Amino acid sequence: MSERLERGLNTLRAQIDTKVKSYFSSCVHCGICAEACLFYTETRDPRYTPIYKTEPLHKVWQEEYTFWGKFAKKLGLSRSLTEADLANWEELVYDGCSMCGRCSMVCPVGIDVAYMIRKVKEGLAASDYSPEGLVGAAQRAVEIGSPMGIRLKALQAQIKHVEADTGLKIPMDVEGAEYMALLSSMEIINFPEYIEALARIFKQAGVSWTLCSEAFEATNSGLQIGNSTVAAQLLERVVAGAEKLKVKSVISPECGHAYAAIRWEGPNWIGSPYSFKVIHILELLDELQQSGRLKTSGKEAARLTFHDPCQIVRRGGVEAQPRRLLEPIAENFVEMTDHGRMNWCCGGGGGVSANERAEGLKLKAFNRKKAQLDELNVETIVTACANCRLVMEEGLEENEMDIPIIGLSELIVEYLVEDKE
Amino acid sequence: MIADFIDGPFWYFSLTVFTIGIIWKLVTIVFGKRKADLSVARGSGISGAIKTIFSRFKADKGMTPHIRLQVVAGYMFHLGLFALLFFAAPHVLFLEENFFSFEGMSFSWTPMPHWAFIIASEFAFLGLLMLWLHRVLNPVSRLISTADDHIASILTFVVMLTGCLALLESFNELRLLHRFSVELFLIYFPFSRLMHAFTFIPSRAFTGAWFGRRGISS
Repeated sequence: MSERLERGLNTLRAQIDTKVKSYFSSCVHCGICAEACLFYTETRDPRYTPIYKTEPLHKVWQEEYTFWGKFAKKLGLSRSLTEADLANWEELVYDGCSMCGRCSMVCPVGIDVAYMIRKVKEGLAASDYSPEGLVGAAQRAVEIGSPMGIRLKALQAQIKHVEADTGLKIPMDVEGAEYMALLSSMEIINFPEYIEALARIFKQAGVSWTLCSEAFEATNSGLQIGNSTVAAQLLERVVAGAEKLKVKSVISPECGHAYAAIRWEGPNWIGSPYSFKVIHILELLDELQQSGRLKTSGKEAARLTFHDPCQIVRRGGVEAQPRRLLEPIAENFVEMTDHGRMNWCCGGGGGVSANERAEGLKLKAFNRKKAQLDELNVETIVTACANCRLVMEEGLEENEMDIPIIGLSELIVEYLVEDKE
Repeated sequence: MIADFIDGPFWYFSLTVFTIGIIWKLVTIVFGKRKADLSVARGSGISGAIKTIFSRFKADKGMTPHIRLQVVAGYMFHLGLFALLFFAAPHVLFLEENFFSFEGMSFSWTPMPHWAFIIASEFAFLGLLMLWLHRVLNPVSRLISTADDHIASILTFVVMLTGCLALLESFNELRLLHRFSVELFLIYFPFSRLMHAFTFIPSRAFTGAWFGRRGISS
């Protein structure tokens, strides 16, 4: 057995907990999860069936935890996991799964398939069967601090532009601020409007906030590649930054997987609860709106819809907030047929968008979103994830669909009631 | 001699394997290694678990048109089998004599009439047949199905078939054949996917608790 395979096997063994045992014991291979997966529905390739993507973990479980598996192994009849299996599943798991978790919502026996696919990723990453794009992103995140290689200087340059445009000071390293905002690389480079939106809304609502020069990046490549050690290392920077500035809360930005990492997975990676609270920007804006600190005037007349980012809504629980925020500013808001916790993914989550090899498949998977949009005939799409936004922009361009996409925070700013001074 | 063996030692053996196997498996799942979630919960894991145990009996509305066959056939088979198992007249009598009789007192319930038995059998057979055909003909379920799935389907079919043959109780051999097939089924049960009949509860509960903590209805 090669050292590489052994590493993968040991990691997969360590992933088998009581939930995995229960899930594999319950699966009757009905195939219902396939119909919930956009990589299957758009390709009709049965290999993209979600539960099939867990096969490396299933093999290890079967051989080591079941009577028949152990029996077959004793007789030399079992077909153990091989390097070829890992190589084959690398494409299925990294290219053909956006970790959207829609499959986990429909399983009749209640299997959280996405939870197990995440565990398969740990095994693949440990045995170095991960796509180059994600390996590079993880390396840059560890070495430079950002998967896109963005350094503090680049952020400072963007801040300068925002300050010039708004006339507002973007607070940096303010000790004792109530909130420490995080940003995703994509927001810094592609959508600095988000930073402007934060500055204007927080100024108006009187929110005490800051950015941290040592921990501004929210993106967590460790989660995307499936390496909890890297994920914890990246997260610890945020924890250290928040503790250094003694903030009460950390704001997760408009980025799906960043929210999953910092809000839900983080404490488990580092093995202890935080000394601060984590809040998603939409939750905070909703709180401000409910308490009357965020006031808007006027309504967007364009027919618009909201694309629910999977990690924020389906697996993050922030479903009602974006709708409450849209209600006073959107005159013609329409929901997609499948929306909220059952919305379809953009196709680029879970690291798919950072994986060049998956480009063609990602665009094919986007056809599901295209079909949803075709039904609605909307003029604008609103979302709350920079990655979804980029992936959808690419998909729309590929399909020659001229529909602008805007972040929810930016849309709110367009109707924000601001004091004159 | 074979009859005595099937009605006696082999019955007790299969029942013991079945009972201990299920208890062992459930205990290892419910009390097994599981890390505590250190994130701050938004909702209740317990109410999420309870809710999901029941909510997954109903297919998602948007999904239903795509999975109609599995849903309809699944319900036909499971409801039919449940009715046969607990309400077929010979089973009610068998359960009363073997499990619900204590020191001269016994407990029983009203069996279903013959016409209901016929309908339940038709439902169960048709449901099982449709599910198995779907398993072998549909590219997705064909790819993911294992030998265990087929063995479980065939064993269940044999148990149901021998049960129907034994219904009239004309020949003791047919009754023995049914009982023997049930005993094989009971022995195979804890080591197979048939365990989903019990493990679906912790599975749904684990997932429901995970979503419940996050304030998501699953």
